[in-house]
Amino acid sequence: MGKQADSGLATTSGSPKPSNKRRAALRRELTAWSFVLPSLIGLGIFVYGSLVYSLYVSFTSWDLLTPPKWVGLANYARTFKDPNFIQCMGNTLYFVVAIVPLGIILAMAMAIALNKERPGFKFFRGAYYMPSITSTVAIGMVWLWIFNPDQGVLNTILQFLGVANPPRWLESVKWAKPALSIMRIWQVSGYYMIMYLTGLQNIPKDLYEAAEIDGATKWQQIKSITIPLLANTTVFATIMLTIEAFNLFEAIYVMTEGRPGGTTNTILYYIYTQAFERYRMGYASAMAWILFAILFVVTILQFNARRKKEEIGY
Amino acid sequence: MKRKKRISTVILYIVLIFLAVIMIYPFVWSVTASFKTNQQIYGGNPLDLIPKPFTINNYKRVLELLPFGRFLLNSMFLATVVPAISIILASMAAYAFARLEFKGRDFIFMLLLGVMMLPGHVTLIPRYALMIKLGWVNRYIALIIPAIFSASLVFKIFFMRQHFLSIPRELEEAALIDGCSQWGVWWNIMMPNSRPALAALAIIGFKTEWNSFLWPNVVINDFMKMPIQVGLTYLQSNAQSSWDILMAGTTIAIVPVILIFICFQQYFMAGSLTSGMGGR
Repeated sequence: MGKQADSGLATTSGSPKPSNKRRAALRRELTAWSFVLPSLIGLGIFVYGSLVYSLYVSFTSWDLLTPPKWVGLANYARTFKDPNFIQCMGNTLYFVVAIVPLGIILAMAMAIALNKERPGFKFFRGAYYMPSITSTVAIGMVWLWIFNPDQGVLNTILQFLGVANPPRWLESVKWAKPALSIMRIWQVSGYYMIMYLTGLQNIPKDLYEAAEIDGATKWQQIKSITIPLLANTTVFATIMLTIEAFNLFEAIYVMTEGRPGGTTNTILYYIYTQAFERYRMGYASAMAWILFAILFVVTILQFNARRKKEEIGY
Repeated sequence: MKRKKRISTVILYIVLIFLAVIMIYPFVWSVTASFKTNQQIYGGNPLDLIPKPFTINNYKRVLELLPFGRFLLNSMFLATVVPAISIILASMAAYAFARLEFKGRDFIFMLLLGVMMLPGHVTLIPRYALMIKLGWVNRYIALIIPAIFSASLVFKIFFMRQHFLSIPRELEEAALIDGCSQWGVWWNIMMPNSRPALAALAIIGFKTEWNSFLWPNVVINDFMKMPIQVGLTYLQSNAQSSWDILMAGTTIAIVPVILIFICFQQYFMAGSLTSGMGGR
C-alpha cells in the first residue's frame, strides 16, 4: 500500500527523489512510534481505559459477580443521602484543614532555618526528611503505640509534665482526628521542606544584602522577601499536600479502621470498604469520581488564586 | 550584638535538636523495642530505650508466625523489577518526545500530562475488574504490569524528557552522521549521559514500590506472593497486643528503605524535588 502511494507521487513529480524522501520520512515516523508505543499501549489500557471504564461503572450497580446493571445517576444521588458518606466528607475536610496549613508552615520554617551550611545541618535535613520515605503502614504501627493511652510515650510524657487526665487519643471521639493529623504532619512535612529548600536557592542573595543595609531585621527579611518569593513553591506544595490529605487511607487502615464511631473514616477508606468488603463497585466508583472532581476543582481554585495575586503584583 | 547572635544560634540549635528527636524517636523506638521483651515494653518507662534483657526472640517469633523471609524477597524483587522496567519504557518514550518527530507528538504529550496528577483511587476498581477478567488475581503479574503503567510512568516520561532536552545535540548528531541508528543513539549516548537522573528515579521507585500497600492488598492474598507491607498488616492482626513481635516486623519493613536512604541521600532529595515540581 505504501509502495502504491509512493509510485503515484513519483509519476506526478517526474523524479524518484520525493519517493525516497517519503520512504525515509515514513521510516523516521515508524522508529519514533516504536519508542513510544509500549508506554502508550500500557497507559491506554491501565490508565485511560480504566478511567473510561470507571466512569461507566459509576452509573451501574455491580457486585463483580453478576453483570453490571445500568442505574443512571442513582449512585451519585445516593451519596447525598448516605449519612456515612457525609460523615466521611466532613472527616476528610477536617484532615485537610488540619494537615495542610500546619504542614506547610512547619515545612517552610524548617527550610528557612536549615538554608545554610552550618555544622550538623546536613544531618538535620536528613532527619526531618526521613519520615516521609518510610511506609505509612509500618510507621503507623509505631504511632499506634506512641498514642497508646495507658503505656504510650506521649501520655507518659504528658503525665510527667503534670497533665492528670491526658487524652485517650485514638480511642477518643474528640482526639482521634487530631492524633492522626499530628502523625501525618510529622510524616509529610520533611518532603515539603525539601521543596522549599530548592525554592530558597532561587532567591537572589543580594536582596537580603540590600535589606540588611536598610536596617531590616531577620524577621522583617523573612516576612517581606523570603515568604513572598516562595509563593510559587507554596502553591505547588499546597496543591500536593491537599491531594495527599484528601487521600488519607493507609494510616486509617492500620491505626483506626474509621473508629471510634466513624469519626476517622475518610472518603478513600469508605470507598475501599464499600468496594472490597461490601462489593458495591458502582457506588464506590461514583464516590471515587466525586472525590476526583473535588480535587480537580480545589487544584484549579488554588492555581487561580495564585494568578490573581500575581496580577496585583504580589 | 555579637553576644545576641550567639544566643540566637544556641536557641536555634536547641529547637533543631528537639525537632530532630521528635522526627527520629519513632524509628529508634521501633528498632529498640524489637529487641525488648513484652514485659519491658508494657511495664517499663517508654523513654527507656535500652533493651534489658536484649533478645532476638521477637524476630524468631515473627518468622514462625508468617513467612517474613518470603515477604522480604517478594518486595525486593518488585522494588527492583518494577522501577527498572518502567524507567526503561519511560526513557524510550521520553527520547521520542524530546528528539524525534512524529504525527501528533505534542498532542499526545499533552494528553499524557493530563493524567500525571491523577489520584490512583479513580482507577482502582476498573483495574481490579480487569485483573479478574485476565485471571491475574493472586499472581505476580498483577503486582508488576499495573504498577508499571500508572500515573507515575507519565511522571517518569516527563522527568526524562526534561533531562534529555538538556543534553547538547552535537553528541547525537555526530553519531547519526556516523550511521548510528536512533536506538543506538538512545542507548549509547542519551542513557549513559543521564546516569544521575536514572539513579534518582530508580531510588525513588524502589521506595515507592517497597512502601506500596493499597494495590497489592487488593490483588494478593496468597502469602507466597505477598509484599512486605501487606504481610505486616497480617502480622498486626495475628500478633494483636504482642508489641514486641509487631515491632520486630515493623523494623524489618522499615529498615531497608532507611539504609538505602542513608547511602543515597542526595539522589532521594534530587528525585523528590523534581517529583514535587512535576505537578505542573
